[in-house]
Amino acid sequence: MAAEPWQKAEIPGPTKSFIIQKPEVAATLIKKAKHPVLIVGHEAVEEISNEVKLIEYIVKIAKAGKIPVVASGKSFAEIKKFIPVSLMSIVEVGNKLIDPNWSGVDGLGSHDLALFIAIPYYVEWLVLSGIKHFSNIVTISLDRFYQPHASWSFPNLTINDWIKNLNILIRALEGG
Amino acid sequence: MSKTLKLKIGELKTSLGEIKDFEISIGKILEETWEEEVGPTPFPSISDLRNWDLKLLERYKPFYMPFCDVCCLCTMGKCDLTKDKKGACGLTMPAQQSRIVLLACCIGAATHTAHARHLVEHLIEKYGRKWPIDVGGVSVEVEAPIIRLVCGIRPKTLGDLEEVLNYVEREIVKLLSATHTGQEGSFIDFESKIFHAGMLDHVAMETADIAQISAYGFPKADPEAPLTEIGFGVVDKSKPVILVIGHNVPSAISIVDYLEDNGLKNEVEVCGICCTAHDLSRYDPKAKIVGPISWQLRFIRSGIPDVIVVDEQCIRADALSEAQKIKAPLIATSEKNCLGLIDKTFEQPTNVINELVNGVIPGALILDPEKVGEIAVKTALLVAPKRAKFKATPDIQGVIEGAKKCRKCFECSRACPNNLPIPEALTEASKGNLKNLAELLDLCIGCGRCESACPIDLPIHSFMEVAAEKNLKEEKFKIRVGRGAIQDVEIRQVGSPIVLGEIPGVIAFVGCANYPKSGKEVAEMAEEFAKRNYIVVASGCAAMSMAMHKNGEGKTIYEMYPGVFDAGGVSNVGSCVSNSHIAGAAIKIASIFAKRKLRGNYEEIADYILNRVGAVGVGWGAMSQKAASIASGFWRLGIPVIVGPHGFKYRRMLLGKKENQENWYVYDARTGEKVYVGPAPEHLFYSAESKEEAIVMIPKLCMRPNDTTKGRAIKLTHYIDLHKKIYGTLPNDLHLFVRTVADIPITMKDEVLEFLKEKGWKENIIPDPTLLPRLIRKRRE
Repeated sequence: MAAEPWQKAEIPGPTKSFIIQKPEVAATLIKKAKHPVLIVGHEAVEEISNEVKLIEYIVKIAKAGKIPVVASGKSFAEIKKFIPVSLMSIVEVGNKLIDPNWSGVDGLGSHDLALFIAIPYYVEWLVLSGIKHFSNIVTISLDRFYQPHASWSFPNLTINDWIKNLNILIRALEGG
Repeated sequence: MSKTLKLKIGELKTSLGEIKDFEISIGKILEETWEEEVGPTPFPSISDLRNWDLKLLERYKPFYMPFCDVCCLCTMGKCDLTKDKKGACGLTMPAQQSRIVLLACCIGAATHTAHARHLVEHLIEKYGRKWPIDVGGVSVEVEAPIIRLVCGIRPKTLGDLEEVLNYVEREIVKLLSATHTGQEGSFIDFESKIFHAGMLDHVAMETADIAQISAYGFPKADPEAPLTEIGFGVVDKSKPVILVIGHNVPSAISIVDYLEDNGLKNEVEVCGICCTAHDLSRYDPKAKIVGPISWQLRFIRSGIPDVIVVDEQCIRADALSEAQKIKAPLIATSEKNCLGLIDKTFEQPTNVINELVNGVIPGALILDPEKVGEIAVKTALLVAPKRAKFKATPDIQGVIEGAKKCRKCFECSRACPNNLPIPEALTEASKGNLKNLAELLDLCIGCGRCESACPIDLPIHSFMEVAAEKNLKEEKFKIRVGRGAIQDVEIRQVGSPIVLGEIPGVIAFVGCANYPKSGKEVAEMAEEFAKRNYIVVASGCAAMSMAMHKNGEGKTIYEMYPGVFDAGGVSNVGSCVSNSHIAGAAIKIASIFAKRKLRGNYEEIADYILNRVGAVGVGWGAMSQKAASIASGFWRLGIPVIVGPHGFKYRRMLLGKKENQENWYVYDARTGEKVYVGPAPEHLFYSAESKEEAIVMIPKLCMRPNDTTKGRAIKLTHYIDLHKKIYGTLPNDLHLFVRTVADIPITMKDEVLEFLKEKGWKENIIPDPTLLPRLIRKRRE
C-alpha cells in the first residue's frame, strides 16, 4: 500500500516522515542512537490474529536493540512479565520527550530516538506531531500504518508484511 | 439583581447649546439588599482574572499536539508553522494552536449563550420578565452560584438574566476579536482567554438551565427525580411517532402541551435524541429517550419516526436528506439551523400541514415554538398511516447480497474514526453470518463516514443496523431524569467529608458520545466509582450511555444507586446546560460549607476548589466545541478534566510535571510559609488512551493538598487498589502523595512504608493551602 495516512483525512503539513522501505534502515538508526526508547501503547495486548501476539515482537525488539521500554495501560502489566518496563501514559511520554531536561525513562538522560508501537492511530498521529514540532528527537513508528508526523515510518502494510518487517528488524538488531 | 440607570433628555436648551433626544445609560447599580460585600471581580473583563490563569498555567503547562501544521486563516497564507517557523503575521505554532482552541471555546460558549438568549427571550414572552427564578424552593437558597460568583448579582427573575447574557455576549465578542490576525500574539495569553471563554460558557449554561427549570417546572434539585425509559426499543411503533433532536426544548415542549391540551397524549408517541430528550423528560417523564447523539442515523433509518423535529446543536447536517429517505417530514425550529427550508412560520398551520403530509415540501422552517406543537402533531397523525414505517434499510438478504459486492478496498475502515474492521465483517456477512456486523454497531459512533467513503455506495451503517436489529429491539433501559441543581442541604452534608477527603471524590461523567469503544465503558467507569463511595454525577450523552447497560440482575446504574449528591450516589443533573450544576456544586461547597464569600470573588473560590474539592470531570466521548468550552470553565475553577483518546484531537493538554518539585508549593495561609504539597492535582487537562488508564488517573486527580490524613488515606486506598488491579504494582509516584505516615492506608502500611524507604521519602506538613498571598492570615503575635 502507498505511503499516505491510513486515516485519509489526517493530512499532515509540509514536513512528512520518510518511509522505511527496508527495516534494516530502522535498525541502523536505532544502533546509531545514543539513548533510544521504545514506547508501547495499550494495543499491544490486543489480538492481531490467531497466530500473532504483538507483545512477543515488542519484547524481542527491546531485547535485541537493548532498548529501554515504557508502556501504557494493560500493555505494561503484560510486558513486565518478560522484561523491565516503565509505566507511563502516552500523553505524558510525549510531554516529557520534548523536555530536554528530562532524565529519561531509565534515569540516564534525555532520549535522542523514540520508537512507537501499539498506539491507536490518531493518538500516535497527534503525539508524534507534538514531538515533531517541539523537539529534535528522531521518531520511528513501527506500527502497521503510515504515520506522517514521525521522522520515519512504515508505509501502510498488511498484517503479514508488517510481521515480516518486524522480524527483519529484530534480526538486523540481533546481528549488530 | 442589579440595575442600570438610564437618563433620557428629550430637549434641553442651555447657554452652552441645545440637546435633543439625548440618552445615557450609566453602568450597573449593584443591588443593595444583598448584604454580602461585592468581591474584587464582578463582571470580570477579559484580563481581570489573568493573574489567576497565569498561576494555573505556570503549574499546568500546555503540551501542544498540532492537528494542522499550517495556518489558513488569512490571505497571506497558507503559512507553514512547522517547528519554530513563524507565519506571515509573526505568529508561532504554540500561539496558533492556542488560538484555534480559543476559537473552539468561543464557538462553544457562543452556542450555549445563544441557546440561553433564545430560551430567556421565549420564556419572558410566555411568562413575563418578573417570573421568579426558582430552582429548588427552600432547598436551594443559592439559586445561581456561577452567576453570583462571576457577575456578583443574585438573579431573582427571568428579566434579571438578560443583563447576565448582555455581559457574556460582550465578553465573547472581545474574545473572538482576539483571534483576528494581528491581535493576541502570546500563547499563554490565548490560554488565559480560553479560560475566560470557559467561565463565560458556564455562566451561559447556568442562565439557560435555571430559566427553563423555573419556567417549565423541571425537577427542582430533586434527588428522587423519576425514572424514565431510554433505548431504541422503548418507542411504541404502533402509534404515530414524533422524534425530536437537539438541545433547545421549547418546540418539543409545545408538542407535548398540544397533545395534552387536545386529549391526544395516548395517541402519539414523542421521543427524543440528545439533550432535547433529556429536557423533555424533565418536563414530561413519559417522554421517551431514544439515546445519545450517535443514535441519530440508526433511529431515523429504522423508519420509526413519522415526523422529525430538530432544534439546535449536534444535529446531523444531513438530517433533512435522511428524513427524506424514510419519507418523514422534517420541521426545523431554530434560526441557527434552517437546513435550507422555506420559512413557514407565518403561514396558516393547515396549509403547512397539507404541504408536509402530501410531500409538496420535504420540511418546513417554523420559528415560533408555539406553532410547532400543532403542526408536528397533526402532521404525524396524517402521515403515519401513509408511511407505514417506511424503512431506509434493506432486508437481511439485501445485506448479504450487498456484502458480496464489497471490494475489500478498506476505504470504509480508513474513514472510520475507530478504524472498525468493516471489510472483515462484510466478508462474514457475505457468507450469511451477520454477527460481526451486529457487534460493530455497538462500537460505532454513528458518523456514517464509512458510507461516504465507499466507492460503490454500500449503505454500511444500514447494514450494521439490520444485522443488529434484534439487539436494538431489546434495547430498553431506565434512566433517572435530570434532577437539576444540587440542594444546599446536600452540600452541607457532604461539604466537610469532601473537603477533608473522607468522601474520596466527585466524579462527573459529561460530554458527547464520540467513544473509542462502546458507551458501555462509561457505565463501567461510573459504577467502579459509585461502588467505591465516590459521588458520581452525570449529564448529557454520558448520562444516557451510563443508563444503557445492565448489571447481572438486569438493572441499570440509576436503578442500583440513589440519585443523591452523596457518597455512592449517582445523579443525572440533566442536559448539557445542566453541567452548570456540577460546577455550581463545587462553588457551593466553598460558599455554603466553608462560608467563603461568593459575590464577584472568583479567584478565591477557584483557589479553594483547586486546593480542597476533589472533583474530576470525565468527558470520555468529548467531541464538540461546547465540550471544549465546558472543560475550560472547569479548568479555571481548578477542576481537572480527563478526556478519552479522541480528546487528543483537542490538540493541547494542560499537564503538570510531578518531578518538578518547585511547581508544587502552596502558601500555608496560617503562616505564609511556602509548603511542598506534592502534585495534587497532577494535571488539569489530560487525555487517556484507554479506559484502564482513566480508571487509575481519576482517583489520583481527586487528591488535594487540604486532604486530612484520614481523607488522604482513603483516597490513596483507591489509587493504590486500582493501580494494583490494572498494572499489578504499587504506583511508582506514591511517595509524592504521602505527606505523613498517617496518610498511609492502614491495611497497606508495611508494603507502603517499605516503598517509601526505597524512595528516601520524608514527612511533610499539611498546610492550610492557598496560591493567593492575599489570603495569608497574619502570624499571631
